[in-house]
Amino acid sequence: MALLTYIEAISKGLWEEMERDESVILLGEDIGKFGGAFKVTKGFLDRFGEERVIDTVLAETAILGAATGAAVVGMRPVAEMQFADFVTTGFSQLVNNTASIHYRWHIPCPMVVRLPSGAGIHGGPFHSRNPEAWFFHQPGFKIVAPSFPHDAKGLIKAAVRDNNPVIYLEHKRLYRHVKGEVPDTDYTIEIGKGVVRREGNDLSIITYGATVHQALETADAMAKEGVSVEVVDLLSLMPLDTELILASVRKTGKALIVHEDNLTGGIGGEIAAIISEKAFEHLDAPVRRLGALDIPTPYSPPLEEFFLPNAKKLTAAARELAAY
Amino acid sequence: MYRLTNEQYLDLYYYMRLTREFEETILKLYRQGKIVGGAYTGNGNEATAVGSAFALEKHDYLFPMHRDMGAHLVKGQTLRNLMLQHLARGNSLSKGRDGTGHYADPPLRIYGNISHLGAMVPMACGVALASKLRREGSVVLTYIGDGGSNVGDIHEALAMASVQRLPLVLIIENNQFAYSTPVAKQKAMEKYSDRAMGYGMPGFTIDGTDIEEVYQVCKQAVERARRGVGPTLIESVTMRMHGHSAHDGADYVPKELLAEWRKKDPVERIERTLIERKVLTPSVKAQYEEKIQATLDDAVRFAVESPYPPGEEAVVGVYAE
Repeated sequence: MALLTYIEAISKGLWEEMERDESVILLGEDIGKFGGAFKVTKGFLDRFGEERVIDTVLAETAILGAATGAAVVGMRPVAEMQFADFVTTGFSQLVNNTASIHYRWHIPCPMVVRLPSGAGIHGGPFHSRNPEAWFFHQPGFKIVAPSFPHDAKGLIKAAVRDNNPVIYLEHKRLYRHVKGEVPDTDYTIEIGKGVVRREGNDLSIITYGATVHQALETADAMAKEGVSVEVVDLLSLMPLDTELILASVRKTGKALIVHEDNLTGGIGGEIAAIISEKAFEHLDAPVRRLGALDIPTPYSPPLEEFFLPNAKKLTAAARELAAY
Repeated sequence: MYRLTNEQYLDLYYYMRLTREFEETILKLYRQGKIVGGAYTGNGNEATAVGSAFALEKHDYLFPMHRDMGAHLVKGQTLRNLMLQHLARGNSLSKGRDGTGHYADPPLRIYGNISHLGAMVPMACGVALASKLRREGSVVLTYIGDGGSNVGDIHEALAMASVQRLPLVLIIENNQFAYSTPVAKQKAMEKYSDRAMGYGMPGFTIDGTDIEEVYQVCKQAVERARRGVGPTLIESVTMRMHGHSAHDGADYVPKELLAEWRKKDPVERIERTLIERKVLTPSVKAQYEEKIQATLDDAVRFAVESPYPPGEEAVVGVYAE
């Protein structure tokens, strides 16, 4: 067991998978000697060589297309987008080609697309995206979004071993701000399963990624007010752990769905629909959603702060929902 | 020069003739309403498709486009499988999930195209990358049209392929029209092969109706790629003798242009040459015609008698196990 940051846990998981299986290769911009924009692959070049740690041309379509091609002939490529925002320039490859390969061709396409995502680092409109909803809508992807180092390692290892294209969302603000115990052992976290981070009885906060930490703060704050909040950390967005969501809502009768992605068309809408279809008679209040505002991500700190969800906004929403 | 034996010449002829007859049959079936979606032919492109694929070894990879039916055939695809694809049957290679040449056949190392032009070339780079890493010595051959060559995917793929020295050969099939748009509205430079210079790779422009030239240049490019030297760009100049697809009468193509190109019909060209050289005798020609007709009849019958997939099968297989 070691105390690792979120980013160290991702690196560790990747490293272990590359040691374990030589069909695992990395493709991305600046990932070789430089170690990647965020240093996830620092030291990888020296250990695994430039044939497996491939510093590519600056061309997202080429990276994602090449990863797809390598995957269908038996490699296990992990493609790094320097920022999640830039996956859009390779979007056609992923949604038109990669996602439906198994459906059309009946052969696996085992690849991982690592997306350093999320706002709150003053990245402005082009370095702050939460792109999960785009991929959520396209059948064929699996999507994971760890919130703690333990899961970051377990999920990257599971993603590498999965026989499908996995979108791995790694929140940039968590990279060095979150630390946790990470076992040295070879373990994976099952894709498609979430966890209850905090048990509670009065209302459920259903969330993933960076906002899990805000939800936990909210649970602490609400506990002082005598409200017992359950925090459901989805970990996987596709497949979605509907049983876990429904079990929690059936117990507490109230649901607050939170994500950092902007609200309209976000995954929260789908979760709200599932709850209302399958747990309506257990609800004691309308389902609440909280996300970022429906605007592009602004740059200046006060604007960005106004735009994003935070523990204060979550607590206010939870308080309101508890009182309903 | 790579010498071709008489037997190989006859193979080339057979595959070109087979391609032509297969596509004529597809058009007939289309008019009979038996083809589920669109029907595309490569009439005029047979020498390019057949001659290029003929330069491959069994362990090489093929990423054909929709005018390259001859390449599928040379690589070993059966008429039955191709017919099943066109008729959207449950026992087709894609199990009815997609049509025409849109399938993969890993044992034959054929990976069909998707409809987004250019999308397969970055993917072909990935296969070439895997081949290089695993020291397979396998080459990837792929194609794009004159119009499709403008899609950004092509630029990105060639940038990657040239820098990584990937074992890749890209043929730009300049068949004068991208749907209705003449090639003059697709490029400002003289030759598509001029683009190769921008990637630091060799580029050639060839007469795509001349099977010998196609084969020679493609074979050199394939063997160069196999030696690990890097990719090659080949512009094959041909003519799209039919419309974009079967529904398209192609009124926008000048009649004189078609008449001019008809003189260079690739199938007739090789036939004339082989008859002149006394390689193709009337009896061999008759044998081939009989064999082609029998194979086609069998494929049509087999496909027509094969069932569609059951509707509920639609939900199976979005994910791999």
